[in-house]
Amino acid sequence: MKIAVCIKRTPDSESRFRIASSRTGIDETGLKFDVDDFASYAVEVALQLNEKQGPGETVVVAVGPTPVQEVLRKAMSMGADRAIQLDTPSQPFDGLAVAKALAAELKDGGYDLVLFGKHAFDSSAGIVGTAVAELLGLPCVTSASKLDIANGRGTARRELEGAGEIVEFPLPAVVTIDEGIARPRYPSLKGIMAAKKKPLETKPAQLGDVRVTVTAMDLPPDRAAGRIIGEGAAAVPELVRLLQTEAKVL
Amino acid sequence: MSNILVYAETRGAELRKIALETVTAARSLADSLGGGEVHALVCGPSGVAGTAEQLGKYGADAVVVCEHAGFSNFAREAVAATVAARAKSGGYRAVLIGFSAQGRDLGPRVAAKLDAPIAADVTAIEAAGDSLTVKHPGYANKVIITLSVKGSPAVISTRPSAFTASESAKAGRAETMQPAADPAAERVTVKEVQTGGKGTIDLGEAPVIVSGGRGLKAPENFKLVEDLAAAFGNAAVGATRAVTDEGWRPHSDQIGQTGRQVSPQLYIAVGISGAIQHLAGMRTSKTIVAINKDKEAPIFKVADYGIVGDVMEVVPALTEAVKAAKAHH
Repeated sequence: MKIAVCIKRTPDSESRFRIASSRTGIDETGLKFDVDDFASYAVEVALQLNEKQGPGETVVVAVGPTPVQEVLRKAMSMGADRAIQLDTPSQPFDGLAVAKALAAELKDGGYDLVLFGKHAFDSSAGIVGTAVAELLGLPCVTSASKLDIANGRGTARRELEGAGEIVEFPLPAVVTIDEGIARPRYPSLKGIMAAKKKPLETKPAQLGDVRVTVTAMDLPPDRAAGRIIGEGAAAVPELVRLLQTEAKVL
Repeated sequence: MSNILVYAETRGAELRKIALETVTAARSLADSLGGGEVHALVCGPSGVAGTAEQLGKYGADAVVVCEHAGFSNFAREAVAATVAARAKSGGYRAVLIGFSAQGRDLGPRVAAKLDAPIAADVTAIEAAGDSLTVKHPGYANKVIITLSVKGSPAVISTRPSAFTASESAKAGRAETMQPAADPAAERVTVKEVQTGGKGTIDLGEAPVIVSGGRGLKAPENFKLVEDLAAAFGNAAVGATRAVTDEGWRPHSDQIGQTGRQVSPQLYIAVGISGAIQHLAGMRTSKTIVAINKDKEAPIFKVADYGIVGDVMEVVPALTEAVKAAKAHH
């Protein structure tokens, strides 16, 4: 199969964040960036599908400035065959504009499957995958925690609010990947060496009008410092009293 | 041009809580724009027209009812086409959709169909000239991002529990429309739904959540958490990633950065240490209670009320006390 995986470069989610002096971004000093977690599951899913099903091609695509090349190389060191960077001067926050740039690139690519992470850690919006499907007129399955492909059709399990759902769909299709589906492999030394020679093509991103922009970033207000009200079952009556009279939730 | 269209989410023929929250958010946006109308669109099976009165009570001037047997389950392509068709016909300033499982799917589809700018999972909306200014918690709730969204209509999806549903009686006059695409012609077909069990309350809607972590030691001890939730009567059961990774609870129960993000009135963390990954999913809860044997556990830093102790001893005592308190009411 010919599979495209759209990936994003995001900072390590366990980091402590500070706001940059511009106030419109985070301070990137000292942060480690990598392939976004959900996108890395998507890369792994693509590689496994092509390994299992015989000859195929896995193409990784990212929208963003030069540093996104690092994560494209990383995905190629995991095993992706080639990479496309859709270059922008800075990382856009307009999900539909990003989707348009990707759709323009993918439209005539002859892909059987286009994979995304279910959302990226930084923007946490989950817009791009579904919007690409809509722009390309393809069926779309979001939050897949299992994915099987056979005879030109896909079967996926989706995680919903308190329930799971099994869906079927024809290819070509867009699928966004949830966690629990596949553990992303570590690049081998051989993979890292090979990735250096794999093709990485850079083209300008056709974003169109950018209508959604960041005007400020702030840290959330801290919660008031926690309070330990007592030890063991003896503290239960006091807890119930506070829940009734102070928090008024009981 | 200051009318607002709301997609009012239903389950079967009933409105979901997120529908009333989104209508409330639309009402206050319309009022701040100088008093435009709020139009609520409901797509559902026959009988869904019965929701009109309730939508009116929460601020909808008009309720657009689209009944079709094929809408008894969420028909994503047909609903998206219907919302987009209505949005095109009305010259709306904004289209508001709840950021639920349905809304996550619907928002980007509608935006792409309308070529409208979209902001997802927002916690505040304000008019600012020809733009809307919205707040969206990103970076797993660790950074509040303020976005300017320029253009009409803008598609905005609202975070569950971020807007409190409040009454503001309007006419709620009913109109009807036909689906803009055949709900029976969905390309993605649902073969099976595996529910978490009858009568369970969804984590996104429950006013109280009792959540368990590895401190419970064994899957069978989740009974303590379930009993406490049952004592409240209106509580859902959640779990940490460690617990869902172990297979003690289904993946869909996971609260945290990579699972559900919740903001109930009351969150009770049982045997949960408070890893950053978990805090990212629940730190916006109104009141947090923590029960843990380790008094240095990070969960106590965010808990309004903490009890240091053995969960096997404290939780049953709390369950009895909650039952007694409920019996008094």
